[in-house]
Amino acid sequence: MQSHKGNYSETLNAGIAAFRAQEQPDILMVFEVGTATMMAAKGAVRPVYEVMAESGASFDPDAYIGAVKGYYTTTEGDMLSLPFNSSTPVLWVNRDAFEAAGVDPDMDLSTWENVGSALDALKAGGEDCPLVTAWQSWIHLENFSAYHNVPFASKDNGFAGLDTELMLNGPAQIAHLTAMQDWAEEGKFIYTGRRNEGGANFRAGDCALFTESSAGYAGISSEAEFEFDVRPLPYWKALVDEPQNTIIGGASLWVMAGKDAENYKGVGEFLSFLSSSDVQSAWHQNTGYLPITTEAGVATRAAGFYEQNPGTDVAVIQMTTKEPTANSKGLRLGSFDQIRGIIDEELEGIWSGDKTPQEAMDSAKERGDALLRRFEQANG
Amino acid sequence: MEKRVTFRGWMLPLLLIAPQVLVSAVFFFYPAAQAIWQSLFIPDPFGLSSQFVGLGNFEFLLGDKFYRAAFVTTAVFSLLVTLCSMIPALFLAVIADRLIKGSGVYRTMLIWPYAVAPAVAGVLWLFMFNTRVGVVSWYLGQLGYDWNHVLNGGEAMGLVVVASAWGRISYNFLFFFAALQSVPRSVIEAAAIDGAHFWRRFFTIVLPLLSPTAFFLLVVNVVYAFFETFGVIHTITGGGPQQSTTILVYKVFSDGFVGQDLGSSSAQSVILLVVVGLLTVIQFKYVEKRVHY
Repeated sequence: MQSHKGNYSETLNAGIAAFRAQEQPDILMVFEVGTATMMAAKGAVRPVYEVMAESGASFDPDAYIGAVKGYYTTTEGDMLSLPFNSSTPVLWVNRDAFEAAGVDPDMDLSTWENVGSALDALKAGGEDCPLVTAWQSWIHLENFSAYHNVPFASKDNGFAGLDTELMLNGPAQIAHLTAMQDWAEEGKFIYTGRRNEGGANFRAGDCALFTESSAGYAGISSEAEFEFDVRPLPYWKALVDEPQNTIIGGASLWVMAGKDAENYKGVGEFLSFLSSSDVQSAWHQNTGYLPITTEAGVATRAAGFYEQNPGTDVAVIQMTTKEPTANSKGLRLGSFDQIRGIIDEELEGIWSGDKTPQEAMDSAKERGDALLRRFEQANG
Repeated sequence: MEKRVTFRGWMLPLLLIAPQVLVSAVFFFYPAAQAIWQSLFIPDPFGLSSQFVGLGNFEFLLGDKFYRAAFVTTAVFSLLVTLCSMIPALFLAVIADRLIKGSGVYRTMLIWPYAVAPAVAGVLWLFMFNTRVGVVSWYLGQLGYDWNHVLNGGEAMGLVVVASAWGRISYNFLFFFAALQSVPRSVIEAAAIDGAHFWRRFFTIVLPLLSPTAFFLLVVNVVYAFFETFGVIHTITGGGPQQSTTILVYKVFSDGFVGQDLGSSSAQSVILLVVVGLLTVIQFKYVEKRVHY
């Protein structure tokens, strides 16, 4: 029985409430931000690797893409939840808007330095909305840190212990936010809201550049009445010679505890079915989400999908060319949904010019750390 | 001399108040007691374990400058919502009261917004002021004003206040209108004969006679602004930008259901309970003295 309980935060709450009432589902879909919460709930969940071993269904942890499964795997390499819908941020380009402003849409946009000059040219060419973003914390801080191989939080971004502290106020992050603040002040970066509100502006053709999840593909390709491109997320040439990998967003499937052995057998088979190459290829091609197994990616390429739909492999390449480091494996922070809320608030302070990036991120660290300490106390 | 009717024995009166007591106990006292109990612990989200921290949750909250800021935000928000919903309602009621023809239609139309749920009202206003497709923000843009409640805290506060007050105007209107109808005509006519013009009569006779109603509405509206505006804030601003529209109730929600921090959330509920209790005491002790029944 599947049931829809609303957005990611609401689903997690419904799952928790159901568990407290001992009415929990066999499988709960939890967004990546809730990973630490689920992991800490040892008596409430059953690790996927354990369920798969018991059920006897075919399961090969090595078949999954490293950067995808890493987020949901312990430091010992045991898979705790099954990655399901995973995406990563990319740069979307409205080619028509570039041409209208007299800027070459084929210009190199792989670095923020180049994007900066593109924004200058777009603005000079009369573009009112040169750059817009979705999910600002996820893209411009979490992924930014991984991509530039700097820590977002101590203790391997929280993977190595609950006593982690935020490190998002480092010089690399501040440099990026300072540039973004300047762009916001000059009307080159338009802030539209905390979630993906900017998507409406971009899909309507109002904006030239859009940093958004690769999973925006389904919406953009069906609605956009302009030529668009998908480019890799830009990096700062001044900070790194070449970028590390980006990290994922999206959700994974957690197996809940307290069910019969018979149920777990079924769960094992279902998860094995979901991981099969056919299901994953279809999923990847239709939605823009990443394939979770290497095989599905290979099958998609072999079927000629990437040639017919240029740009759909950008996210896959961006995630998989480099082996993830401790800074780019993912994030595992308690109360992270709420910490993102704090980061959103502080970023709004930057965009409106109320705070300098350093002040805002120092404050985000201080407030976020307080929540991390409480999480440590509740789950330690 | 006051006349008192008394019951003989205990059984009948106990039986008569039993349903009310039972409902209060199940739906109010039990949850309140639970909140107080839970505020002394830090539990994990799944309820697998919890540790006793005494007043630790309260210490944590009162040491948090953002929590203290939420008090100020709540005070400003409640004051504005109360004023913005009571003053226009009174004005409309006075005008409707003067109507001879068609007051029924006018009245009915004015009551409609009350039927709109807060969350829906929030979405309606959000549509009008949406920075990209909103009608009002577009007109403001034409006038050269760049509306952006997504970044401007003052504008965000204004928008949630208007959206919250809008539906309440109907409710307040209804009460004021009924109260106006019960103002004795003879007093007003006597004043008119003495040469008092309309506004003079309004301020010296009508308004004092309306004071019990106004007082009742004051209490009800403050409580409304405290507790029932959640839907409006959730749909329009989500507490932002920064924390400019995070009122106490919204923080209970975001800490409890976004942050899964049930200990802190319970402690906040207890603090709210105390605040509202105090407010009611103050209102009844001081404001009521100025009310003429």
